[in-house]
Amino acid sequence: MKRIAGMLLVVLAVAGVLWADGALSINGAGATFPYPMYSKWFDEYHKKNANIAINYQSIGSGGGIKQVTEGTVDFGASDVTMNDEQLKAYQDKHGTGILHFPTVLGAVVPTYNIAGVEASLNFTPEALAGIFLGKITKWNDPAVADANKGAKLPAEDIVVVHRAEASGTTFIWTDYLSKVSEEWKNTVGAGPAPKWPVGLGGKGNEGVTGTIKNTPNSIGYVELIYAESNKIPYGSVKNASGVFVKPSLSAVSAAAAGAAKAMPDDFRVSITNAPGKDSYPISSFTWLLIPQKFSDAAKRDAIKGFLKWALADGQNYAETLSYAKLPKEVVAKEVKAINKIE
Amino acid sequence: MATTTTTVPSAGPVAGSRSFLSRLRQGDEIARLITFLFAASVVLVTLLLVLELWQGSVLPRHKFGFNFFRTSVWDPIFEQFGALPFIYGTLVTAAVSLLIAVPLGIGAAIFLAELAPARVSDTLEFFIDLLAAVPSVIYGLLGVFIVVPLMRQYLQPVLKHSLGFLPLFQGPAYGVGFLTAGIVLAIMVIPYIISVSREVLLSVPRDQREAALSLGSTRWESTWKVVVPFARNGILGSIFLALARALGETMAVTMVIGNTPTISASLFSPGYSIAAVIANEFTEATGNLYLQSLIELGLVLFILTFILNGVARLLIVATSQRGRGMGNA
Repeated sequence: MKRIAGMLLVVLAVAGVLWADGALSINGAGATFPYPMYSKWFDEYHKKNANIAINYQSIGSGGGIKQVTEGTVDFGASDVTMNDEQLKAYQDKHGTGILHFPTVLGAVVPTYNIAGVEASLNFTPEALAGIFLGKITKWNDPAVADANKGAKLPAEDIVVVHRAEASGTTFIWTDYLSKVSEEWKNTVGAGPAPKWPVGLGGKGNEGVTGTIKNTPNSIGYVELIYAESNKIPYGSVKNASGVFVKPSLSAVSAAAAGAAKAMPDDFRVSITNAPGKDSYPISSFTWLLIPQKFSDAAKRDAIKGFLKWALADGQNYAETLSYAKLPKEVVAKEVKAINKIE
Repeated sequence: MATTTTTVPSAGPVAGSRSFLSRLRQGDEIARLITFLFAASVVLVTLLLVLELWQGSVLPRHKFGFNFFRTSVWDPIFEQFGALPFIYGTLVTAAVSLLIAVPLGIGAAIFLAELAPARVSDTLEFFIDLLAAVPSVIYGLLGVFIVVPLMRQYLQPVLKHSLGFLPLFQGPAYGVGFLTAGIVLAIMVIPYIISVSREVLLSVPRDQREAALSLGSTRWESTWKVVVPFARNGILGSIFLALARALGETMAVTMVIGNTPTISASLFSPGYSIAAVIANEFTEATGNLYLQSLIELGLVLFILTFILNGVARLLIVATSQRGRGMGNA
């Protein structure tokens, strides 16, 4: 399987080289969530630098980590940071490290379908954890209803819908629930495909949305971009400062700014449940995974050049494509980190 | 008679040694070798597949052993893997689909082969072949947008109301679940059963029918008591083809089964199948134990298919021997 994937990538790389007509070709693979952003970036960057062509395969975050560790691509991309074990595996194989570079931000929002409820609902962390643990089973449970005095919540069973396939979206959602609920952390945990205590699995954002639309009294979660572009109802979530925040790009950037002060040097940080009264608590960076050492100096310089561009001019494309921009503090820190690439 | 039997053994080696080159020149030997290689490649690919699955699943085989088949926890975060709910889901959905598809498919095939005018039969056959060629994701969409709402709003409440005393039809009606997956699979495999069974029924010699009719049987008696038993092996073959497709179907099943690893007596319950979980989790499976557990699931599906095919073969041998025995008596 890996060999086949590797061969395919080689073929694609060769095709890319031929197509780019002698231009330097750089290959990456990974997360699907930032793919529209990345493909726009690579395209714009190629227009400005005709001698550099960056190819990107959106095969999923886990795939990105696997491919970069295998050495079949020049860089990876992921919605989830590599853990210590994965970093060690890379170190052992290549004798050098992997650097994480945050590129843009996204958010995950609770979405629902309740007959007769038109208003946007408010969710406390306790309500979300309770519902997804299967402890809160009725919509009119005080844990949900007390935060929504105006809405007429029915005495109906809650149907939970989650992603069927492993995904970065699920990781962000479960990472959040692990931070706000001790019970969730101990029994389910954070991961791209946990063992769900309750609920139905829908395939992809569209599978989750479809199941929710078809199932009365259901709740699920999707990416903010997806919810906005498909005009599905989504609720506000109470953040660490006790304020109910409606998900939006600025609320996501606020969460990133709140976390920026405590940003570690390797950028491996989770910003779910971030401090700050404007922060939307279920937000996350998405990262490029760049090897620390390149044997090919031309490739190294091209990637460094691209990163500098993406952190400066590139950020201007983010909001038109519904991604949240990086806060200035994070950009400044990353620009320094680019020098670590050798 | 005597001359031919004596010449053949003496001519054999002579012809073989003398004319290998000439046969090579004429192309026979080349054709034999090449087609042999093609045939051998089938065996080779199968063996390689098993070898790859076996080698790829070392870790979970050592860590869980037989518990892999007996436990029902599938938890990638805490690295506990048990295949039972997936095996259960695969077998239940396949069984439901065959329960629906076999009577319908064989009934339709009998009508098309025996009773319908040739023009009707040929026209319908065209549509059936078309149905068999529709990609499974299309059936999945049909399931999501049409079957699931119908199930939730109509069929499941009706079943619950009328047969709700059976554990099969209890619990909340989500629309998705074992029953829905079985129905969508049935829609997918019916064309196979009809198409193959019709061909087999049409190939039953005319003499058989005429003999039955001349002995005074009605048309239906000749069909049911002579033609269908004569075609039994072919019809069984079509059912096993359908079973194989039902066991291995991925896309359509994952769209309507609910993707929750549960073992429940109720057909309304959401479930999961082996093929669906592999497709859903393989690309993002980080960690060797997780990845290898998915590969072991692949091995389990292979073994399951192998066993069911073996049983099918035995069934065919057994029934055809019984048929011959009856014929002799």
